[in-house]
Amino acid sequence: MPNPTPSAHPVYNDSTVRLFTLAAVLWGVVGMLVGVVIASQLTWPELNFGIPWLSYGRLRPLHTNAVIFAFGGCALMASSLYVVQRTSQVALFLPKLAAFVFWGWQLVIVAAAVSLPLGYTQGKEYAELEWPIDILIAVVWVAYAVVFFGTIGIRKVRHIYVANWFFGSFILAVALLHIVNSAVIPVSLTKSYSAYAGVQDAMVQWWYGHNAVGFFLTAGFLGMMYYFIPKQAERPVYSYRLSIVHFWALIFTYMWAGPHHLHYTALPDWAQSVGMIFSLVLLAPSWGGMINGIMTLSGAWHKLRDDPILKFLIVSLSFYGMSTFEGPMMSIKTVNALSHYTDWTVGHVHSGALGWVGLITIGSLYYMIPRMFGQTKMYSVRAIELHFWISTLGIVLYIAAMWMAGVMQGLMWRAVNADGTLVYSFVESVKATYPFYLIRLIGGLLYLSGMGVMVWNVIKTARAGNYVPLRIPAPHAALPSAA
Amino acid sequence: MDVLYLLVPMSVLLVFGLMALFRWAIGAGQFDDLEREGERILLEDSPKLDTDQTPS
Repeated sequence: MPNPTPSAHPVYNDSTVRLFTLAAVLWGVVGMLVGVVIASQLTWPELNFGIPWLSYGRLRPLHTNAVIFAFGGCALMASSLYVVQRTSQVALFLPKLAAFVFWGWQLVIVAAAVSLPLGYTQGKEYAELEWPIDILIAVVWVAYAVVFFGTIGIRKVRHIYVANWFFGSFILAVALLHIVNSAVIPVSLTKSYSAYAGVQDAMVQWWYGHNAVGFFLTAGFLGMMYYFIPKQAERPVYSYRLSIVHFWALIFTYMWAGPHHLHYTALPDWAQSVGMIFSLVLLAPSWGGMINGIMTLSGAWHKLRDDPILKFLIVSLSFYGMSTFEGPMMSIKTVNALSHYTDWTVGHVHSGALGWVGLITIGSLYYMIPRMFGQTKMYSVRAIELHFWISTLGIVLYIAAMWMAGVMQGLMWRAVNADGTLVYSFVESVKATYPFYLIRLIGGLLYLSGMGVMVWNVIKTARAGNYVPLRIPAPHAALPSAA
Repeated sequence: MDVLYLLVPMSVLLVFGLMALFRWAIGAGQFDDLEREGERILLEDSPKLDTDQTPS
């Protein structure tokens, strides 16, 4: 859909943003569908049909990569490129490079979707992709950084809005994490060995793994939060000063929480304790940000009643608050002794993933997508409302089932008879978990059907409108902004 | 735990980098008038379509 009338006014470059928003919806459906498939396999293991490509061990990394890097990644790229243009009041720097970022990122996703079921993996959680794909990711990521920081470089507003600080730190940190953790020695095009060995490798892996949670799944999405909540609520963020404190406190304290993934392993005890302390410290900035976001509605709570997009955005923050409280608690070694290796961890991850990351993304997409098609709202607002309730119900079923399953497993595994023998064999705990796996599957199915409603709504919205470039407004007279 | 000789110095360098960035942000007046900056995003985009011919 090219621009029909050549314009004398400068316009935002939204063609890449539009593609990213649509790709995020598509990959969301695919990634969550794979999640539902593997949840079914845990309930009924025969559902892998004896086909190696459909086995749980291969589909599980496909699910995590698809929801984090395809769904989450496309949504982050869409929103960061949308927000940086609006808050800088300038069109994208090097728009052709932005288009390269889009197609390059789709190539990464397709390569992952093919190579993971075929069994090509580095065996590192959330970093499974083999080295040629890792190199492609690095190239695309550098191009993304050039477009984003280039746009900040040519901004027309002197102040860099707080959302851009979050997006910027996410882009830089992920680059650093990816390069350090992906250091391998290739032996062929499809096989490589990590440059680190044993517990060293574990330490690097979880330094990467937890910071991926911190900078990919938290900082990036906080960027969305700080732009789309004020915009949708039509009020400035509750305390802009607190948002600045939130940013600096978070990035100064995040880097060393990773060792809590390695409690009671070969990692030195002191390193585990450092990880635990940093994790506990993180509670403060996380809750500061959460309260700041929710209080943005202070004095305008009635908007929550009528506006389903605000429901998505605000409820996502309550899940952010829940999982950033639960996480530090689980990092305490005595709690971890119960929770480690159980489905409690899975429940915790999904309260963050479905609740926080999923809902803030969906809310932001519902804000951006109509604007990408020359409209101000989605085709059906009632469908957004329906989507909200289906997903929230799905999340509640999912995480409640996993909490109960996890605590039950932890208690069964540690139960000992008077003579010191174990009360339960492992398989007895698996059998006892069966009903919870079924409830989790139902929760996942509900969440996925919510995405189905979204797809329908997006198609209707796209059909009803067409792409009209949005004009960059002249700097506001009341707010002198030139550098 | 030799890998800490890589990870710890890298984190320290990173923290120094962040501190430099923070100093720059203060020096460049990024935090001078925070409440107004929080409101600016609400004024920025009256969604004028490109086909709209009214002067902006």
